[in-house]
Amino acid sequence: MLDYMTLRLLWWALLGILLIGIAVMDGFDLGTAILLPFLGRTDTERRVVINTIGPVWEGNQVWLILGGGAIFAAWPPLYAVAFSGFYFAMLLLLWSLILRPVGFKFRGKLPGAGWRTTWDWALFIGGFVPALVYGVAFGNVLQGVPFTFDDSLRLSYSGTLLALFNPFALLAGLVSVVMLVLHGAVWLSGKTDAAVQARARRVVPWAGVALMVLFGLGGLWSAQLDGYVIGHFAGTAGPSDPLAKTMLRPAGGLLANYHQYSWMLAAPALGFIGAAGAIVLTALRSARLAWISSALAIAGVIATAGVSLFPVMLPSSLNPAASLTVWDASSSRLTLWVMTLVTAVLLPVVIGYTVYIYAVLRGPVTQASVAANPHSY
Amino acid sequence: MDIVTLSRMQFGMTALYHFLFVPLTLGLAVMLAIMESIYVTTGRTVWRDMTKFWGTLFGINFAMGVATGITLEFQFGTNWAYYSHYVGDVFGAPLAIEGLMAFFLEASFVGLFFFGWDKLSRPAHLFATCMMALGTNLSALWILIANGWMQNPVGSAFNIDTMRMEVTDFAAVVFNPVAQSKFVHTVSAGYVTGAMFVLSISAMFLLAGKHRGLAVRSITLAASFGLASALSVVVLGDESGYTAGQNQKMKIAAIEAMWETEPAPAAFTVIGLPDQAGRVTRHAVQVPWMLGLIATRSIDGEVRGIKDLVADNRLRIERGMLAYGAMRTLRANRSDTQARAVLDANVADLGYGLLLKRIAPNVVDATQAQIDEAAWYTVPAVAPLFWSFRLMVGLGFFFIALFGTMFVLASRRIVERYRWLLRAAAWSLPLPWVAAEVGWYVAEGGRQPWTIDGVLPTFLSVSDLPASSVALSLAAFVLFYSVLLVVEILLMVRAIRQGPAAHAQPAAIVA
Repeated sequence: MLDYMTLRLLWWALLGILLIGIAVMDGFDLGTAILLPFLGRTDTERRVVINTIGPVWEGNQVWLILGGGAIFAAWPPLYAVAFSGFYFAMLLLLWSLILRPVGFKFRGKLPGAGWRTTWDWALFIGGFVPALVYGVAFGNVLQGVPFTFDDSLRLSYSGTLLALFNPFALLAGLVSVVMLVLHGAVWLSGKTDAAVQARARRVVPWAGVALMVLFGLGGLWSAQLDGYVIGHFAGTAGPSDPLAKTMLRPAGGLLANYHQYSWMLAAPALGFIGAAGAIVLTALRSARLAWISSALAIAGVIATAGVSLFPVMLPSSLNPAASLTVWDASSSRLTLWVMTLVTAVLLPVVIGYTVYIYAVLRGPVTQASVAANPHSY
Repeated sequence: MDIVTLSRMQFGMTALYHFLFVPLTLGLAVMLAIMESIYVTTGRTVWRDMTKFWGTLFGINFAMGVATGITLEFQFGTNWAYYSHYVGDVFGAPLAIEGLMAFFLEASFVGLFFFGWDKLSRPAHLFATCMMALGTNLSALWILIANGWMQNPVGSAFNIDTMRMEVTDFAAVVFNPVAQSKFVHTVSAGYVTGAMFVLSISAMFLLAGKHRGLAVRSITLAASFGLASALSVVVLGDESGYTAGQNQKMKIAAIEAMWETEPAPAAFTVIGLPDQAGRVTRHAVQVPWMLGLIATRSIDGEVRGIKDLVADNRLRIERGMLAYGAMRTLRANRSDTQARAVLDANVADLGYGLLLKRIAPNVVDATQAQIDEAAWYTVPAVAPLFWSFRLMVGLGFFFIALFGTMFVLASRRIVERYRWLLRAAAWSLPLPWVAAEVGWYVAEGGRQPWTIDGVLPTFLSVSDLPASSVALSLAAFVLFYSVLLVVEILLMVRAIRQGPAAHAQPAAIVA
């Protein structure tokens, strides 16, 4: 069995990979849904847009489900605080996500134009709201969230839904939206043809530049935020008791990790390079590489948030000592070890058949192919 | 209403709603794999058409199942935060494995099932269908391992340093006998639902004189698959009763409304009127010996009645008070060896000490009257359990009779002559859902007042949310889910009306 510190670091990294997995794999579905009412001008064009993700979005969405399950299994206090603290934001996310399956399945079942337009906007909401909520959640995590524990480790939370949508969090929400719009536009420019493809390509530079500007703005703003640094604690292999430590709040210290470990700058750099690469590669008509590049941009942006906070995972603005860190918010060593083994066996299998399925479904979705396939949405 | 009641209503409502879709997904996925196997091995296209037609209905249902399932996974965190902290170390892992092993499989291959007909060879498409069916069944396995641990929390121990339950033996959690019997029982119930769905709709087709070729074959398949599954549900439901008898004596006593311990072997109360306040069951009609045989698999095993179990629990609460007091002392001073010894000796009853927190927040200073009250609080609501269980079992036997009759007639190819039977089959469509929903009520209502049996009381498990927030979200769920259910049923009805021909035509295009 690996030692506790290594397992905790591994699961911190795996949490990052899972969040990136959600944003990369489900992200282009969300971005595509956001773009749906704008890139599809006719019903057939909209069906083309929907059918680019029709066969795969259910599998992609499992990244989100797995993300929830993995946080529950590996970081139970994080799951408890984040999900109950962000109560209505989470429900907003859930309700908008439920619009997607019904939107996909139900839209094409009736012929009425009003019926279909209604579901188009339902799908838009099902893309836009989750994208926004993801970013807003990150924005709040970076600033700290008002929670604490009593001596039975019973959580209390004193924030409100409106307080979640503060200016910095909204900026983070916008970063998330433009990032997924970029990813969706790159996906569509590789997966469609004709007018839809041309429109998708025109979105890419706008979304890419917007991502770089907003992400840069977020970085400048972050430099003004106070950091969360662990004072005394029970060690990297100590028990997962978030109250058994002290915390410091160095002014303007959120970006201190980058001063100490300059290699961490690779994360924000990847965010910018990936976005620029997606623009250039789309202009060069290299859709597949452009998709990989925008996926790297997503990885860079999410990793930036992760390494900025490390080893803190969810800081408490109410009682900084209650903040959740890599060293005191994990599952037991045995659970992390079992989950490591399970992941090591199963994740390659999942990636294997995912690649197979995308290979089977390769090739553009066109007006003709949508019309020819009776199973199209 | 208080936060606990509201949170329970929301979880119960969203879980029962989710389980409108799950059993049909479980059953239809397997039946689709069978139909397509027949198509691939015989090459007869009617079986492909059947796969596509029932597959269309499967798709409408599947989407709703996935969507409403996310709500459940998130809800442990949103509404049951202390639960998530207290048992996440054990309970989270099966949920994560479910995602990794099962959800990816079913949700990835469902895309190929619908979109792969022209892109894959016949065997490759059949493989995709089988993977989808395997995924749905594996998902049931892992969620029932999680649920089984709530009923019978094996392989875990309380850790004073982290104030929560932690895994000590992962294999014991996975091979928990309660989880295994629940899995077989639940999956079989899903198969019954799928079979009834196919049987009823095919009967409607025959009654309307439509789609005869498809309907007759579908009835033959549904009757045989349904008969095997219905037998399995009842036989393995009995297995479920046996394990409940071992682990959840209070649940089985409440289901049987058995207030007093009877001399072995105990009689089974067929019907009666349970009176919770009076602590008696009036007008009971009993079958001698039967309960003792089911619950203990012996003629001399004792099945304890509610009153004796309450007396047992009273002793456990007293030991739980000792454990709780020692735990508090140890939290303040970890080197107190005396407190450590007291905790170690009584830790199995710590959960019973927690039961007192509702009425005596400090636990250790509870009065005798409070201990009595807490002991009686371990009795779930008897009458609803008593009746729900009998409804479920009655339906189970009805399914065996219906599928059995249909199976005999279908194999003699004379089922079409019995129009009254076809009508009965058509009208039976909602019954598997009724059985499944009341079954869940028996399983989870019978577990009360615990979320984790004997370990964590339900009232402690909730999130620290204002009751108004949960009232608001509950109202929104009711409204939102009701609209979706209406839309879903309308689309199902429409797809059924269009019949098997419709899937061959693309949806009409409207500019």
